[in-house]
Amino acid sequence: MIENRPILSFLSHLIMIVGVVLVAFPLWITFVAASHDEQRMTELPLPLLPGGHFFENLDIALNQGLWGGDGTGVGFMLFNSLIMALMISIGKIAISLLSAFAIVYFRFPFRMGFFWMIFVTLMLPVEVRILPTFEVVANLGMLNNYWGLSIPLIASATATFMFRQVFLTIPDELLEAARIDGAGPLRFFKDILLPMSQTNIAALFVIMFIFGWNQYLWPLLVTTDQDMFTIVMQIGKLLEGGEEAPQWHITMMTTLLAVIPPVIVVIFMQRLFVQGLTETEK
Amino acid sequence: MSIMKKFIAPVALASLVGSTSLVSAATEIQWWHAMGGANGERVNKIADDFNKSQSEYKVVPTFKGNYTETMTASIAAFRAKKQPHIVQVFEVGTATMMAAKGAIYPVEQVMKDNGVAFDKSDYLPAVISYYQTPGGELLSMPFNSSTPVLWYNKDAFKKAGIGKVPTTWTEMKGASDKLRAAGYKCGFSFGWQSWVMVENFGAWHNIPMGTKENGFAGFDTEFTFNNANVKRHIKNLADWTKDGTFVYGGRRGDSLPKFINQECGMWMNSSAYYGSIKKQAKFEFGQSMLPFYGDVVKKPQNSIIGGATLWVLKGRDKGDYKGVAQFMKFMSSPEVQAWWHQGTGYVPITNAAYELSKKQGFYDSNPGTDTAIKQLSLNTPTASSRGIRFGNFVQVRDVINEEMEAIWSGDKTPEAGIDEAVKRGNALLRKFEKANK
Amino acid sequence: MLKRVHFEPSVLPYLLVAPQIIVTVLFFLWPASQALYQSLIVEDAFGLSSEFVWFQNFEELFKDPLYWGSFQRTFVFSFLVAFLSMSLALILAVMADRVIKGSGIYRTLLIWPYAVAPAAAGALWFFIFDPTVGFIPYALQFFGYEWNHKLNGNEAMALVIFTASWKQIAYNFLFFLAGLQSIPKSLIEAAAIDGAGPTRRFWTIVFPLLSPTTFFLLVINVVYAFFETFGIIDAVTGGGPANATNILVFKVYNDGFVGLDLGGSAAQSVILMAIVIALTVVQFRFVEKKVAY
Repeated sequence: MIENRPILSFLSHLIMIVGVVLVAFPLWITFVAASHDEQRMTELPLPLLPGGHFFENLDIALNQGLWGGDGTGVGFMLFNSLIMALMISIGKIAISLLSAFAIVYFRFPFRMGFFWMIFVTLMLPVEVRILPTFEVVANLGMLNNYWGLSIPLIASATATFMFRQVFLTIPDELLEAARIDGAGPLRFFKDILLPMSQTNIAALFVIMFIFGWNQYLWPLLVTTDQDMFTIVMQIGKLLEGGEEAPQWHITMMTTLLAVIPPVIVVIFMQRLFVQGLTETEK
Repeated sequence: MSIMKKFIAPVALASLVGSTSLVSAATEIQWWHAMGGANGERVNKIADDFNKSQSEYKVVPTFKGNYTETMTASIAAFRAKKQPHIVQVFEVGTATMMAAKGAIYPVEQVMKDNGVAFDKSDYLPAVISYYQTPGGELLSMPFNSSTPVLWYNKDAFKKAGIGKVPTTWTEMKGASDKLRAAGYKCGFSFGWQSWVMVENFGAWHNIPMGTKENGFAGFDTEFTFNNANVKRHIKNLADWTKDGTFVYGGRRGDSLPKFINQECGMWMNSSAYYGSIKKQAKFEFGQSMLPFYGDVVKKPQNSIIGGATLWVLKGRDKGDYKGVAQFMKFMSSPEVQAWWHQGTGYVPITNAAYELSKKQGFYDSNPGTDTAIKQLSLNTPTASSRGIRFGNFVQVRDVINEEMEAIWSGDKTPEAGIDEAVKRGNALLRKFEKANK
Repeated sequence: MLKRVHFEPSVLPYLLVAPQIIVTVLFFLWPASQALYQSLIVEDAFGLSSEFVWFQNFEELFKDPLYWGSFQRTFVFSFLVAFLSMSLALILAVMADRVIKGSGIYRTLLIWPYAVAPAAAGALWFFIFDPTVGFIPYALQFFGYEWNHKLNGNEAMALVIFTASWKQIAYNFLFFLAGLQSIPKSLIEAAAIDGAGPTRRFWTIVFPLLSPTTFFLLVINVVYAFFETFGIIDAVTGGGPANATNILVFKVYNDGFVGLDLGGSAAQSVILMAIVIALTVVQFRFVEKKVAY
């Protein structure tokens, strides 16, 4: 804290609280809906406070809804989602760090060509070009495995663009100093760039993990084996009953269960945030 | 599938799959469907029961999202030569499927080629007529079918002093006025407006919606639903939005809460909402046939169905289709059909299943649940009432939704809105005709 | 942009970009080129018969007055979504950077909602905004306001702008916060000693130093609003009522994925891509000049 201004601090807290209420309200509703019985969620006025059916619904979601008819369990869906989300987030960060490094720190023929080639991938999300992408994946024999689930989603420029922005803010003196020390490009990358991008890597990891975790349409298309189902596909399945109104309480309970792993990631990454902060302050 | 296999590199995987298919005993039949929720569990049970009934084939049902997602996934798979044997397609996709002659394997043909007995007269004409060629060949097997009915709140009717359930639109207005006088916010609402107020309105009054037998006789069809009767009806509805006789509550089944929460005393939508209404409504309710205009027809014709059918796709091993035929046979057996019908509210597809449900006393203990089937079979379907077959119909329905919404909100006159819908719809028909030569 | 100081040319940069280029070519450029080709043909859904028609698909689009209406809506929608989500996120990030007590909790609570699966978002917005049972319409009723976004196009538009912005706030917040935390505190302290108040410090020091992040987010948010919002629109309004929320990318999705008009949909996505490439070039050429690296 630079100076002490109680009113400003109070105002900051107030704005944060209002912001949190606004942003987190739908999450609260998810929790409330997951704690009532089916009928209560169709009656006016809808409840704003949790009801008494939370554990009952949890039991149904875990033992009936999610276990489904085939008795395979929810565990494998969470596992599939986890692998997919990790492959997407780690894969994306890895290839983007390398390509952003090349584009910012090297002069080589076709540098801008490569940059724009990567950059246009920002433009068309996979859902819009889904039929031709599906065909490519099918021809490569990547249906029904983790590669097909994740690699096509790695082809996006968001992360490359972000690391480019981060690298551009890193002072040139650092590279000059490193060169005087006789450090090669890879040493410089490992010893200077990586630590300095830590906060952003953490932020990106959180975003990409959630992005991967929440994929619906793409997994739906490339998996036909029940073994490859993800937890978000299960939510979609609970919502689609043909002409049958969805069972809100179970659907919301499943949604709540599906939020837990990303939240663990967020909380875990918090630490890296704080670390990144103190290191730059040194 | 083992975890290892999910990670194995694509090329190695291909050889692995090749070797496993040699050792597996039963031939797998892939069945892609759009049934989530409790209906998804029922689909699994049907497949399980079939698999237990014999050992040669194993039907594997897979949920592939909602109707459009399932259809698009199958088409994407077909283009990549990875199609399932059986896919569930909603009724508006019928023309698209039918036009793809190189991709579909007509169900009747599948049965015949594989020596499985198949007698069309076992099936309810109103249910299968939608999916037959003009020559009478059955293209796909009806699976979950329903028809729009009039749902009404018995308690509200009592409170408002309405003695007789409305059968005509004049009576609808009268009943709505009484409901509103008794303190209800609105008389009626409805969902799936194109299906209920245009497609079924036509069939119910025996008026064609388009030329060429509603598209059955060729893709060079044109819409004609901007006729005086439809226009008058839409104009009535538009006028009724002003005093709350009719309140619009969104596309599909979005307006169900208005009925459940007793804002509206009546609701017109699929008979398959029976299960949901039964679970959610805290009042006595009933279902009845759709209202009609007495000055257009003396008696209503019959309504048309909605829902989805099972299509068989070509291009899998020849031997597999024997299993497909056996499964279709199993699925349309009276026991399976009666069980499915009674559990879901969808109509049974065979006479035998209907009779079986009667014998089991289902309609006595659940009064009104035979409304749909009675309404569908009220008369022998005519060229205007056996169904519709228009290309690009998913988009045509969007167009009708858009124009009707503009009419309800007062942005367009009923006259202009309906004419515009026909004009835009015809452009989509021409586009379809061109793409499916 | 290239660093003033950089490494000598070698084979290394090619190796570094190779993984991304391979993935991009295989899973983006190749399928996208297929889409480009698709835009010039008329084909049935199953791909059984096709005809090369040159630019007929484009001609049909430009003849359609509804398509032009969709353009206008898209720009209004995208501008408002990018503006709302970025400004709100920036305010929250600045506050989160200020407060020390409880900042971890605020952060978690702000990011957490981002993890709610979009597949379930439709259900959530149903609970909050459904004209019959939703909380907001129920509350508005007491003020004599009848909310019905199923019929009122402006309300529907407001709703999709709100939901699309809501989804992006957590994202923007996270990167703004990361950007703020990498600003050396010594700079700000120095300004404070010079007597600059918090507001002035923000505009003269923090905001310029944050510009690389802001630029990144601006591009990302515009792209987000243009391309990634069809899911929300599909879940919340389905493009209705009467086309009021039918923006370009929803139309691409709806005509292609739902309506199976592959040629028309491909033509639309080509146009959409051209617009965003143009917008991005503008952003890089003109806006980036103002960015202080």
